[in-house]
Amino acid sequence: MGRVVVDVMPKPEILDPQGKAVAGALARLGFREFAAARQGKRFELEVEGDVTPEVLERAREAATTLLANPVIEDVVRVEAAGA
Amino acid sequence: MRIGIVTFPGSLDDVDAARAVRVAGGEPVRLWHGDESVHGVDAVVLPGGFSYGDYLRCGAIARFSPIMSEVVRLAGPPDATSPGLPVLGICNGFQVLCESHLLPGALVRNDHRKFVCRDQHLRIERTTTPWTSRYADGEEIVVPLKNGEGGFVADDATLDRLEGEGRVVARYLRGNPNGSYRDIAGVSNASGTVVGLMPHPEHAVEPLFGPGTDGLRFFTSVLDAVLSA
Repeated sequence: MGRVVVDVMPKPEILDPQGKAVAGALARLGFREFAAARQGKRFELEVEGDVTPEVLERAREAATTLLANPVIEDVVRVEAAGA
Repeated sequence: MRIGIVTFPGSLDDVDAARAVRVAGGEPVRLWHGDESVHGVDAVVLPGGFSYGDYLRCGAIARFSPIMSEVVRLAGPPDATSPGLPVLGICNGFQVLCESHLLPGALVRNDHRKFVCRDQHLRIERTTTPWTSRYADGEEIVVPLKNGEGGFVADDATLDRLEGEGRVVARYLRGNPNGSYRDIAGVSNASGTVVGLMPHPEHAVEPLFGPGTDGLRFFTSVLDAVLSA
């Protein structure tokens, strides 16, 4: 059983209210090292067999079709789990 | 005049939208997300709510439902100047239209991170659409607004193009409730037939409920448009 990991992040120019809330909470808890935070999404896609280049290509297609909205998000990683 | 109202799993305002169509004098036709056809309706309303639980992104799953494939096909390309099927997306329906790429931009979480529910002042800025023809250019109206992810965002080039082409249908007045760029409350496709609106005109169609009847003309306008088509 193989697994593909897809990471999606909000585009830098798009306001990220969730990340701002996280940054605010971190500061309140004393984690003052962190000036800002952005929050994204991680998807894990399982396949029956190995993660072949063809599977990765399909995962990239799925990422831009459904997993991410290219208007507001970037797909920042598509790779086999553990790679 | 048969106006289709789509119900997705998690739609909330489909019944009010159907009622608004009836109050306006049209015949509401209830459509189901699994329908492969719009059953010959003259226009379609995508109502507010939380389709598919807002999973993934608001409207992202609904966009791929069977009925939406048909709505996208009938609405035509977003930059076409010839009119396609009139479609009004309200709130979650607006989110579905953006996810479908029938409208540019996207809707993200309110900048203040709180759900907002209030009577909202708006200025109608495009009246050359089948949904707004009964309003005066620049007319101010008040209708309810209720959203958690109502911030309209797009890149500057897209915003400039929307304003340059007169495709901003409505703008927030007396305060921006959700951080929408340039106070944009609603936009249209190039021909004006597809309109997305974050506030809820369907909740302001009868004097005894809501802030007044300012929302009714969205639904009477489309009847005019269908009659003259």
